[in-house]
Amino acid sequence: MNKNYVTVDGNEACALVAHRLAEVCAIYPITPSSSMGELADEWSARGMKNIWGTVPTVIEMQSEGGAAGAVHGALQSGALTTTFTASQGLLLMIPNMYKIAGELTSTVFHVTARTIATHALSIFGDHSDVMTVRPTGWAMLASANVQEAHDQALIATAATLESRIPFVHFFDGFRTSHEVQKLLQLEDDDLRALIDDNLLFAHRARALSPNHPVIRGTAQNPDVFFQAREACNPYYAACPDIVQKVMDRFAKQVGRSYKLFEYHGAPDAERVIVVMGSGADTVQETVEYLNAKGEKVGLLKVRLYRPFSAAHFIGALPKSVKSLAVLDRTKEPGATGEPLYTDVVCALAEAQANDANAVRPRVVGGRYGLSSKEFTPTMVKAVFDNLSEKSPKQHFTVGIEDDVSRTSLSYDKELSIEPDDVFRARFYGLGADGTVGANKNSIKIIGDETPLFAQGYFVYDSKKSGAITVSHLRFGPREIRSSYLIKSPKFIACHQPGFLDKYDMLSDAQPGATFLLNTAIPPEKVWESFPKEVQSDILKKKIKVYCIDAYSVAADTGMGGRINTIMQTCFFAISGVLPREEAIEAIKKTIKKTYEKKGEKIVQMNYAAVDSTLAKLHEVPVPGSVTATYQRPPVVSDKAPDFVKNVLAKIIEGSGDDLPVSAFPPDGTFPLSTSIWEKRAIALEVPIWDKEWCIQCNKCVMVCPHAAIRSKVVAGDQVNGKRPAEFQTVPYGGTDLPGENLLYTLQVAPEDCTGCGLCTDVCPAKNKREPKNKAINLTPLPDVRERERTNWEYFLSLPSVPREEIRLNTVKGAQLLEPLFEFSGACSGCGETPYIKLLTQLYGDRMLLANATGCSSIYGANLPTTPYSVNAEGHGPAWANSLFEDNAEFGLGFRVTLDKQTEFARELVWKLRLEIGGMVDELLGAPQNTEREINEQRMRVVELREKLRTIKKPEARQLETLADKLVKHAVWIVGGDGWAYDIGYGGLDHVLSMGRNINILVLDTGVYSNTGGQCSKATPLGAVAKFAYSGKPVPRKDLAMMAINYGNVYVAQVAFGANDLQTLRAIQEAENYEGASLVIAYSHCIAHGIDMGQGLGQHKKVVDSAAWPLFRYDPRRVDLGEVPFQLDSKPPKTRVRDWAYSETRFKMLTHSNPAEAEQLMAHAEADVKKRWELYQQMAGVSTKNNPAAEGAAK
Amino acid sequence: MKLSTSYLGLTLKHPVMSSASPLAQNLPGVKRLEDAGASAIVLPSLFEEQIEQEALSLHLAMEQGSESFGEALSYFPEPDRFLVGPDEYLNLVAQCKQSCDVPIIASLNGRAPGSWAHHAKLIEQAGADALELNIYYLATDFTITGADVENNYIEILKAVKSEVKIPVALKLSPYFSAFASMAKRCDEAGADGLVLFNRFYQPDLDIEELEVKPHVELSTSSDIRLPLRWLAILHGNLKCGLAATSGVHTHEDAIKLLMAGADVVMMCSALYQWGIHRLARLVDEIEVWMQDHGYESLEVLRGSMSQRSVADPAAFERANYMKSLQSFRALA
Repeated sequence: MNKNYVTVDGNEACALVAHRLAEVCAIYPITPSSSMGELADEWSARGMKNIWGTVPTVIEMQSEGGAAGAVHGALQSGALTTTFTASQGLLLMIPNMYKIAGELTSTVFHVTARTIATHALSIFGDHSDVMTVRPTGWAMLASANVQEAHDQALIATAATLESRIPFVHFFDGFRTSHEVQKLLQLEDDDLRALIDDNLLFAHRARALSPNHPVIRGTAQNPDVFFQAREACNPYYAACPDIVQKVMDRFAKQVGRSYKLFEYHGAPDAERVIVVMGSGADTVQETVEYLNAKGEKVGLLKVRLYRPFSAAHFIGALPKSVKSLAVLDRTKEPGATGEPLYTDVVCALAEAQANDANAVRPRVVGGRYGLSSKEFTPTMVKAVFDNLSEKSPKQHFTVGIEDDVSRTSLSYDKELSIEPDDVFRARFYGLGADGTVGANKNSIKIIGDETPLFAQGYFVYDSKKSGAITVSHLRFGPREIRSSYLIKSPKFIACHQPGFLDKYDMLSDAQPGATFLLNTAIPPEKVWESFPKEVQSDILKKKIKVYCIDAYSVAADTGMGGRINTIMQTCFFAISGVLPREEAIEAIKKTIKKTYEKKGEKIVQMNYAAVDSTLAKLHEVPVPGSVTATYQRPPVVSDKAPDFVKNVLAKIIEGSGDDLPVSAFPPDGTFPLSTSIWEKRAIALEVPIWDKEWCIQCNKCVMVCPHAAIRSKVVAGDQVNGKRPAEFQTVPYGGTDLPGENLLYTLQVAPEDCTGCGLCTDVCPAKNKREPKNKAINLTPLPDVRERERTNWEYFLSLPSVPREEIRLNTVKGAQLLEPLFEFSGACSGCGETPYIKLLTQLYGDRMLLANATGCSSIYGANLPTTPYSVNAEGHGPAWANSLFEDNAEFGLGFRVTLDKQTEFARELVWKLRLEIGGMVDELLGAPQNTEREINEQRMRVVELREKLRTIKKPEARQLETLADKLVKHAVWIVGGDGWAYDIGYGGLDHVLSMGRNINILVLDTGVYSNTGGQCSKATPLGAVAKFAYSGKPVPRKDLAMMAINYGNVYVAQVAFGANDLQTLRAIQEAENYEGASLVIAYSHCIAHGIDMGQGLGQHKKVVDSAAWPLFRYDPRRVDLGEVPFQLDSKPPKTRVRDWAYSETRFKMLTHSNPAEAEQLMAHAEADVKKRWELYQQMAGVSTKNNPAAEGAAK
Repeated sequence: MKLSTSYLGLTLKHPVMSSASPLAQNLPGVKRLEDAGASAIVLPSLFEEQIEQEALSLHLAMEQGSESFGEALSYFPEPDRFLVGPDEYLNLVAQCKQSCDVPIIASLNGRAPGSWAHHAKLIEQAGADALELNIYYLATDFTITGADVENNYIEILKAVKSEVKIPVALKLSPYFSAFASMAKRCDEAGADGLVLFNRFYQPDLDIEELEVKPHVELSTSSDIRLPLRWLAILHGNLKCGLAATSGVHTHEDAIKLLMAGADVVMMCSALYQWGIHRLARLVDEIEVWMQDHGYESLEVLRGSMSQRSVADPAAFERANYMKSLQSFRALA
């Protein structure tokens, strides 16, 4: 086998070249490009050199805008510089891109083409981002697959150096960036052969230098700007030929040939598709299939999209062409057509105008594949079929059903063109069970150890807990061009038995396929456990069924919940892809390679798992007929609203592709209270109340990240005859609520709980007979599911204590409030969601919430459902996400509107005072500081509306639409530290400075959690994060102190696991402060490498060490003569290392670089000490300098 | 005054060493102990099981959440090397050997006889002058007999001795039914030294929190009594050397243990309680005491109060207990 083969994904393929051709990389993480920057950083940290023998410098910036600025600067000072980005990131680079191109500067930006957020955000792939940079003057080179992403990274770099035109080298996000393929790797010598050092030297010679100074970036006037702008034209004119020349040199060097526009298909084709990106491979595969059937069809693959060389384009088209379908993976509403289409039309029109003999095909444009929508051979065929029509559909869509505008082409869903010698396998796993990792290993084994080609593509869940993964693997004797999901698999594996009741896995299986199931059920009983649909598919398709109890093998061999190695062994044992012995040897070799550095024990554990597996793998006897007595249960309850049943349920069951356009709102607006219908039942264990020991503190309710455990206090006579026999209550232990014979109850939502265990961890009440138990204990879900589901439904039917009766200044009281954020898809044990839930409990019924992009926007609003919900009156948090970078400004906009419209409403009330009558004074003057007062104002507004109906004045009509603004609204601006400390800091700072009544909650995990743990300015000193490979060398930015510096901003730093009451107070003080407030909330996170069930302990540890002091700065206290800064935590009880080394993010450095770890920890401890002393001074300084305060203190 | 002594075949300038403790967990700590006058330094134990557990925890924590969510396929960068397993410990041994003049004695707690021997070999290769086997074993399994426990000790010792050439000491617990016999078996199985005794940290109960809490209690001078008795009984009856540890706080404590038969005394709690400079002071005080009492060398003093040498050998035996109890009652 050729030693140059490697099996990598598209991002790594590209970065493998880009890193070796850079002196500087300035980056910022964004999906799906993040891993390119991360790999470049890791490689540089390990000392890997570029082709000139020096290690590239990789820097992480605060935003893509910042990265583009740094790239521009690095280029202007002469470094060969690159960056990696996508989507909104690319948009933020546009201003610099115009400059870089205007200055004819050589560089390549490697872009994983991703959808731009419009009616919704999407992390997936299409060309809407790259199409926005068409006018910047950059060359645009498209790669269609993993090999091309590797090769064209070099071609782009060589071409930019020669042409001086900067290049965007792009490939499809996820479909190519995350597809694992076997490819031929370019050697350093290949790179050197293509890169002319003299061009690099020329690039350096053009750089700014005081030794030969120039100025660049002048301002020009109407007299000359135009002419000067036109001066670059020759460079653009020359660029296409330069690129082709480089491609030809490349072909000569490595044997792979590329063209600017590359034609594949019948030489006498009459129908041709023009397309670029990964869709081109699918078209090529289909064209070959159709050509073999005698159809005269072809493909024109676009590689160099800008500068668009009409001559090369026309030259590449077969003269026989009669009709062209130009496919765009983007949408440009209101345009005459999408960009590639209009370019093609223009190129042909110009050619036809100048040459009577030019080809004159009919051209139709179409859209496909938005946001990684599947694009399959059957869709390609539909496009060709459309071209055969007498009047082909123009500006069509393919891949969806557009029943609104009737743009879509219909297609045959059954067409499969893949040859029989391609092995297709599909695996359903849980994120946590290691399925994807195992499959990536399998691809590497086959790719690296055999002559077979291999391809892997992985579909991930948008949930972060209980997430399902579906792996699509192909192995075959030829290069694999199928850039779409697998249909008719020969092998299907279900790694979680519960999935059989939720997903259809077998209906498209190839006849005679093999099905592998992980189940604890013995082989002879497995058949009986299948629902009717599964049994029927097995019989119809003659599927062979195997089973293994992988979790018992994992438990016996110390693997815990990771069944990856076991299921991988089963796959090789029964799939026949490789001879069994050879496969097992290869698995063991991979295990050694993967885990050796992590310790011999881990290697041995995995070996033991492999060795134990085969004995427990059994074939399941399949009888001749369906014997099942049950069918798959419905996805959602029949009680769900129609929209949930008809739309969201389809998405939940994995049939979202089948929903037509009419199913969706045209503006991205969705209803609340939809997560309640999912009932995922993902917990292995759920908390069960032991009322005998409960002290009714409600701490468990406070900490539950998923609002899955709740308490109520109800009058005894309200617990009525419908009460389930096992529903538990105890006499209420407080005297703070009105009424007699009150009962307290605590109830889990068994199918919504994720089983994290934070509730049992926080419970302070121990069972005195058996102190290992508490007043709430984790119990296996199957044992209690039915019972607790009934109890939960009954619990929901009980009335809540009226808000105005509750003492909100205690945790116990506040936790009787109904949460309007429930059952999110956040990580099990999430450290952020308890804060958001608390906000919704306190203010959810009158709150506008601006949410920065990140974890909180994903678990807050990723379809199918949202955890934000409404109360019985239909009130709830009004939530929106604008962007990552502008969230503070976005939220400020809410406040400005509220203030303006409240002012206008008050003006209208005053204008209509005579008609409205006696309630005007109260409407305009009544205080709204308590829940009772706010409720009274709501009642007044209801009364006002009644009156307005009788008033026949235009002002009354105006006021009807604004009257709600007379009730106090809360504006909360929520986001993570990546937003607040980095990309959104400028806006956040400005918003804080304005003194408007907004509240900012920073969910501070100390890293970019959503994109996988990249370093932010909140990352603590000494912690390892991506882009802080050797530990963060500088302390976390003290955002609180920066805000305090304004003097008129309320600032608090909180950690609910260390002091829940301080958290509650801080949020309440922030809300009732009539100015800007900032609450910085310690949020434990999976990216810290901790046991998430014990996350609260980490809060205590970090506060005890003073690395996260708790404090509140309240400007109002100055007027009262009090010290504005209150230090709420005690002096350090422990060392910083006592906290830090209980978290993997710090501990791992002691294993990878102990000396550096020690040095950084010493600095961290010194820094914490210094800061603590400063906070202590601040907590006392006013009493020394402020006589009034001294007096008050006395 | 000749204070020098020999232990495990190593010549020491005086008999006061530091015993295995976190004070020696890194090179600066070891250097501080050397500067404070320790004649030899026992490093804290390499706990194989703990290392394995740490490596496993690190692995699991790094894998947690990975390959699960499309935007975050991992949460940590992947270092190209990890110092897991014994590497860190072996580096410490090597660094100490390079930087210190006093003998460095490594300490080991393994998992199974084979792995004890494997790690012993690695420690030898790293340059340790000797090895102390810290067989920390509590027989809480109801099916394990005293004989099983004893045989296990001997098996481990033999496995290690067959693998390494450096001297090997055995740190023993006092909880053997027949300690003298056990000591003899160890001696015959090739132990170069016995260290009396391992102190097990006894758990405590927190009656407020209803929790079992590990309770670390520093030794006091009264803790020398147990090793003192057995040193006195063993001295002269075994080929191997004898080390005393537990309760050495004052020069009187040290002198008593040396008189009972110890070749060396090891300090730990006193260094925590009084600071590591206690060690040098203790050596000075031993020297002064010996001068004041006319001892010319340690050799004269060592074992002079062992069972073989005292006028009343039975005083070290069981009768002594009865006697002291009676006298206690009489006083009451």
